[in-house]
Amino acid sequence: MKTLIRPAITLFILLTVITGLIYPLLVTGIGQAVFPAQAAGSLIQSDGKPIGSRLIGQHFADPKYFWGRPSATVPQPYNAAASGGSNLGPLNPALKDAVEGRVKALREADPSNTQPVPVDLVTTSASGLDPQISPAAAAYQAARVARVRGLTLDAVQTLVAQHTEDRQWGIFGEPRINVLELNLALDGARPKPQP
Amino acid sequence: MTPHAWLLLGLYLLVLLALVKPLGIYIADVMAGRPILALRLGGPVESVIYRLCGVRKDEEMGWLHYALAILLFNGLGALIVYALQRLQLWLPLNPQQLANVNSDSAFNTAISFATNTNWQGYAGESTMSYLTQMLALTVQNFLSAATGIVVVIALIRGFARHTAKSVGNAWVDLTRITLYVLLPLSLLFAVFLISQGVIQNVAAYQNVMTLENTPQTLAMGPVASQEAIKMIGTNGGGFFNANSAHPFENPTPLSNFFQMLSIFLIPGALCCTFGRMVGDIRQGWAVLAAMIILFVVMAVAAITFEQQGNPLFTTANVDQIASASQAGGNMEGKETRFGIADSGLFATITTAASCGAVIAMHDSFTPLGGMIPLVLMQLGEVVFGGVGSGLYGMLVFAIMAIFIAGLMIGRTPEYLGKKIEAFEMKMVSIAILVTPLLVLAGTAIAVMSADGRAGILNPGPHGFSEVLYAFSSAANNNGSAFAGLSANTPFYNVMLAVAMWFGRFAVMVPVLAMAGSLAAKKRIAASAGTMPTHGPLFVVLLLGTVLLVGLLNYVPALALGPVIEHLLLRAGH
Repeated sequence: MKTLIRPAITLFILLTVITGLIYPLLVTGIGQAVFPAQAAGSLIQSDGKPIGSRLIGQHFADPKYFWGRPSATVPQPYNAAASGGSNLGPLNPALKDAVEGRVKALREADPSNTQPVPVDLVTTSASGLDPQISPAAAAYQAARVARVRGLTLDAVQTLVAQHTEDRQWGIFGEPRINVLELNLALDGARPKPQP
Repeated sequence: MTPHAWLLLGLYLLVLLALVKPLGIYIADVMAGRPILALRLGGPVESVIYRLCGVRKDEEMGWLHYALAILLFNGLGALIVYALQRLQLWLPLNPQQLANVNSDSAFNTAISFATNTNWQGYAGESTMSYLTQMLALTVQNFLSAATGIVVVIALIRGFARHTAKSVGNAWVDLTRITLYVLLPLSLLFAVFLISQGVIQNVAAYQNVMTLENTPQTLAMGPVASQEAIKMIGTNGGGFFNANSAHPFENPTPLSNFFQMLSIFLIPGALCCTFGRMVGDIRQGWAVLAAMIILFVVMAVAAITFEQQGNPLFTTANVDQIASASQAGGNMEGKETRFGIADSGLFATITTAASCGAVIAMHDSFTPLGGMIPLVLMQLGEVVFGGVGSGLYGMLVFAIMAIFIAGLMIGRTPEYLGKKIEAFEMKMVSIAILVTPLLVLAGTAIAVMSADGRAGILNPGPHGFSEVLYAFSSAANNNGSAFAGLSANTPFYNVMLAVAMWFGRFAVMVPVLAMAGSLAAKKRIAASAGTMPTHGPLFVVLLLGTVLLVGLLNYVPALALGPVIEHLLLRAGH
């Protein structure tokens, strides 16, 4: 036993220094040198100030914006310092109530739209920070956004199409639209001239 | 399953199979100390380490010494993880001034990371300082993975050697697997992850003003370096609470594909290492084939169940049908970029291997979709399993299968030229029975006590599933959760820590004992009566044994949880 104590302690210290200090700091150095924007969080700047990250979703409740996935983070939605999902089971009455409430809110924002609601628009994401929605969820909201902003439906749909990412390399993941980037583009779009 | 899901699964297996053989042979060369390029380059570093440790690299250990070395090394690891958490407020690299972690949570996390479980009662971004993440958790991600691998190498040496007294030198094995396998793979993978958008910095959390003019705080940290070894070492403990669902841990579908690959990479490669070291690569392929068959069945089931969606939503006029413009299915607790196919596949991979990382919240899966991860853990984490621990678990089942076959035809069972006798069967029995005991007894105690029931989030049978999942995950060293369970309480922190520790080392020590006993045996030549262990018959026998033991242990418990819940959901309650 005594012959084991010295190597155990020494090897532990040496491997700790290698894997716990040298390795992460080396990765940090390489990250700063080769991919500085990604390493810092893919931040989006506006007038020199960061207004968010293209990877982290933001909460949208104004009808003039496309809304993202519902978020279960606490105390407020899209709390990027406390990620997490709802963890509600499929049979939990609280889940059914929440989904019905979200369907109702969407209907109230756009009473003329009676299509079925795409599922990702009324269910919370795993991280609570999902930056994206499905093309179906964007299509569902396009008419509302166009009306509130006084844009043509065509103009909004063109913007949506421009911001639609296909499956990565044609096979990985799902087609999706970054909500923050789409909304930023909308803010930059010109309303149609009033008659 | 959609055609896209089939394509994804097929491509995944194809890439995996292309990688396992070269890596498996490389690991065999490293562990044998052959003078390949990597070992010549790292030789000087290795020599310095051995000199400082007072280790002679050619001096080997018997199984008992080897086991003591492993226990001492991991015990020390747990102690340091505990200490760093308790002192982090006064240590550097804590820009958010996160408080010292309380004692029961720190104890649970220390055991969790030392046992390669990486169960997390805490939320990373609001609990752990950057120093704790790096110096405590990242280190244990490496060292617990190295531990699992060296133990299976010792067991394989038991088969490969004959009339030998020793199974290897634990210090040399730990050093080599860390320096030549885990570190280079992690370094490469970490840089790739940054390219996809995984963050890597030690800056304070970033405050921004959102488009709707509300403040948002973005958690930061040295994520990529930890993320890489988290997957490669089948650890699975997330830097953030949302684990690999968090866009800063797993930003793109491509990063996700490589995360899935890196989970199975070493467990798959070790099958080839096994074949190589026992001198017949077909032996390794047979074990791998059994793993792949079970995995594919489970993956198809999980994706199918999740794609069916939640019948309760259809009355609310929600569209859950898969189409070109949406993934459809049960999207509660899933990310848009991953959809159903990737989420179902990842859930199967992470619980087939004892990784435990998640990209979707298993608690919100459909009853049967959520039962797949549960069952995969309960089979003992042998379908790929943890790095090292998966293969030694599967070899334990292989010995059991051969023993049963031997009984049926009335011959002394033998595996790879070694007679399987009473001592081996005793060790096999302990290794197989200890985890079901921990899971079922732990679950029973928890649901009978007020402290245990207090943590349950969801009503009805799903609440029972949350508790059963927690103990299945802990005792089998997986680490994923039905995360609705509030497990950061003294009751669960202590109960689950006990399950994790004994689920790890009460299997590892009997396995090492068996390694010692096998190494000491003579090798007997194969005869006409020897059952071949590289063909389809053996694969079927092995599968049958794994399923039989698993099902006999857990069917009653599963009936009380996911099965009842499924029937209720179908009935529309």
